[in-house]
Amino acid sequence: MLTEFGKIFIFLLLAIGFVGIALFAAKLIRPHRPTKEKLLIYECGENVEGSPWVKFNIRFYVVALIFLIFDVEVVLLFPWALTYQEFGFYGFLVGVIFLLILGLGMAYEWRKGDLNWDRTKPNIPELSKILTNKNVSNVKIDEQIKES
Amino acid sequence: MTLLEITIITMIRIAIIISVLLLTVSYLVYFERKISAWTQNRIGPNRVGWRGALQPFADVGKLLLKEDIIPSASNKSIHTLAPFITLVIAFSTYAVIPIGPNVTLFGYDIPLAVADVNIGILYVLALTSLGVYGITLAGWSSGSKYSLIGGIRSSAQMISYEVSMGFSIAGVVLVAGSLSPITIVESQYGWMWNAVLQPIGFITFAISAFAETNRLPFDLPEAEPELVGGYHTEYSSMKFASFFLAEYANMIIASALIVTLYLGGWQVPYIDKLGLGETLTVLIQIGSFFVKMGAVLFFFIWVRWSIPRFRYDQLMSLGWKVMFPLSLFNVVWVAVLIMLFNI
Repeated sequence: MLTEFGKIFIFLLLAIGFVGIALFAAKLIRPHRPTKEKLLIYECGENVEGSPWVKFNIRFYVVALIFLIFDVEVVLLFPWALTYQEFGFYGFLVGVIFLLILGLGMAYEWRKGDLNWDRTKPNIPELSKILTNKNVSNVKIDEQIKES
Repeated sequence: MTLLEITIITMIRIAIIISVLLLTVSYLVYFERKISAWTQNRIGPNRVGWRGALQPFADVGKLLLKEDIIPSASNKSIHTLAPFITLVIAFSTYAVIPIGPNVTLFGYDIPLAVADVNIGILYVLALTSLGVYGITLAGWSSGSKYSLIGGIRSSAQMISYEVSMGFSIAGVVLVAGSLSPITIVESQYGWMWNAVLQPIGFITFAISAFAETNRLPFDLPEAEPELVGGYHTEYSSMKFASFFLAEYANMIIASALIVTLYLGGWQVPYIDKLGLGETLTVLIQIGSFFVKMGAVLFFFIWVRWSIPRFRYDQLMSLGWKVMFPLSLFNVVWVAVLIMLFNI
């Protein structure tokens, strides 16, 4: 007997086969003439500068953490939603308390500012302020930039 | 039925669904170009075939013949794997979407979905989450700064909107009491469409679907002015075509999901009161599914050419500060509705 999951398995195999054949067929008929310049990565026509794996903002990591927490809550909510109609008012109370705790967690994140995307206030040294000082010298400006 | 018969019928259904999906994808590209031309008062593709009707096939032929460039700085195996994952996942999500009620054909009772899994909605959620991997791996493995930033942006955007998508679906599951797409469609009998019962959930789901498919106004991962092509900057030939096809296949799946979960699937209100024959009723119901899907797809394209792109901080705060509380509220709303009216 072929179960419904067996049908999905056949579907997955066919999809993999189809995509594989399409990519392989293209490999057979297309030209292949690589040169050194062609294989450079695209950087607006300039020579490539530095490592392609640049540093990225820590905020993406925070978003991933928040997602992890709330996505687990979604998974916990589904069994409740499935059996909700069997339990009547008791089920309603349980669900509301669960969602209330979830909402509290959400409010905490919000108040902490973890949901704001632009929350850093960088302390940018102002050149005009530094230049109006007496006894301007390059060394002093460098020190002032370092201090601020 | 024997195992062989079931397998053959399943294979035929899968072959039909994959070919219909491919044909729809290619013509969706054509219609998007035609509608965009119409919106901007241009002509659009009109050279290949009658009014450019063969344009999608010409495009595929061209992409098949193009040289495939794998940059020397890239991680080659993952660079090849990423479009593969993206396209396979885009196709296989369609396995559980029902396009019509069960039909009796040559003495067999055949459901018009490839598989009637009792956890179909979980399957769809799991596969759409896997879709993030394709894009992230593509961005990371290309060895280009544009690709990396596009991939990271895309994964952050997709996981942010996935949460509100999950909560919106919880509202639908509350009403249907089942995770099977066929039962969910059957629960929306007459005018009891989920879009009517829970308009907030409908809106949050639709907006999350836009964000999940990386369509404008949420196409930050491939914002042309700042990131060139985003995660597929370094892709060419059939691998680029894979990403392109996957984007449109995802659009079709998103619209099919919106129709199945919120717009009553194949249901037409009061069609059983008209006294039509059984075959005609089934045909009208299948037709109504595709008409609804077409309307949602047109809406996707219409929005693309009407609304400008968001800024990234606007996108994230919309996802977490508006969509998420609204979808939470929607769950409570549906629970109260069921409590009060016992729907």
